[in-house]
Amino acid sequence: MLILECPYCGVKAEETELSAGGEAHLKRYGPGSNDDEFHDYLFMRENPKGVHFERWRHANGCGKWFHAARCTMTMEVFGTYSAQTYEPPQEIKDKITAKRPGWSWREYSDASE
Amino acid sequence: MSNPVTATNGAEFTGIATVKDAGLQGMITLRGDLSSSVLGAAVKAATGAEVPAQGKVSVVESGAAAWMSPDELLLLVPYGEAVAKTAALAEALSGEHALAANVSDARSYFSISGAGARETLAKIAPVDLSPEAFAAGDFRRSRTAQVAAAFWMEEDGSFRLVCFRSVGAYMFNLLSNAAHPQSSVDVY
Repeated sequence: MLILECPYCGVKAEETELSAGGEAHLKRYGPGSNDDEFHDYLFMRENPKGVHFERWRHANGCGKWFHAARCTMTMEVFGTYSAQTYEPPQEIKDKITAKRPGWSWREYSDASE
Repeated sequence: MSNPVTATNGAEFTGIATVKDAGLQGMITLRGDLSSSVLGAAVKAATGAEVPAQGKVSVVESGAAAWMSPDELLLLVPYGEAVAKTAALAEALSGEHALAANVSDARSYFSISGAGARETLAKIAPVDLSPEAFAAGDFRRSRTAQVAAAFWMEEDGSFRLVCFRSVGAYMFNLLSNAAHPQSSVDVY
């Protein structure tokens, strides 16, 4: 059972109150991009065992989208943060570094390395 | 004129708690910047209530204002005045980035009272309803079994619940089932 705290309404929402929105921080490649970029944008998703960043929507609540950083193996939640950002905030990265030294996910990683 | 009725038309059930169709209730959805003083004044003029804090409801004699999301309030006003109040809100907020919509006939409204009220709701919603976590004036949007709902606790310890009218009959059956006289769990 996953419990995420919605950063918009402060509610500790249980999984069934939320809807999953897939991988976070995707960069969209649309018109003008080449085929490889578009292919990767459409189909290439991370499937990590460990640290992962996801989008969630507080569907049966305030209705807002937000981001969550969690571990897919232990279901541990490192933190949730606003949707109005292009990359995970430093505070979240620090929390992950404290618990999973050496972590990396796409272009983000443990900054102390 | 048509004769307005609720989805469950005054239905009532008593078990460990009393579940009641709370009748026709004027409801206005208001979206906008909740920190704006213009919006605050408009809410006060329409309901008599202050803009509530996050996760709270402010209830006054003739109405209430409930915190739905960081940019949305649910205003409760007398049913007959909903149309006029919505127009008055739109007028008062004409310079603001805001929207008021009369949703009175799109919602069902229930009251859950009695000793087992907490337990009745706790059975169907993934919400901590213990007295320490949920007290009078607290407001929560969540899921009740298969449908979305919003509820809050009144000063007398009873609950009021709002859901879409299209699921009004489902909600009444759901609440009645959760309040079945032999279904007491006695956790709270």
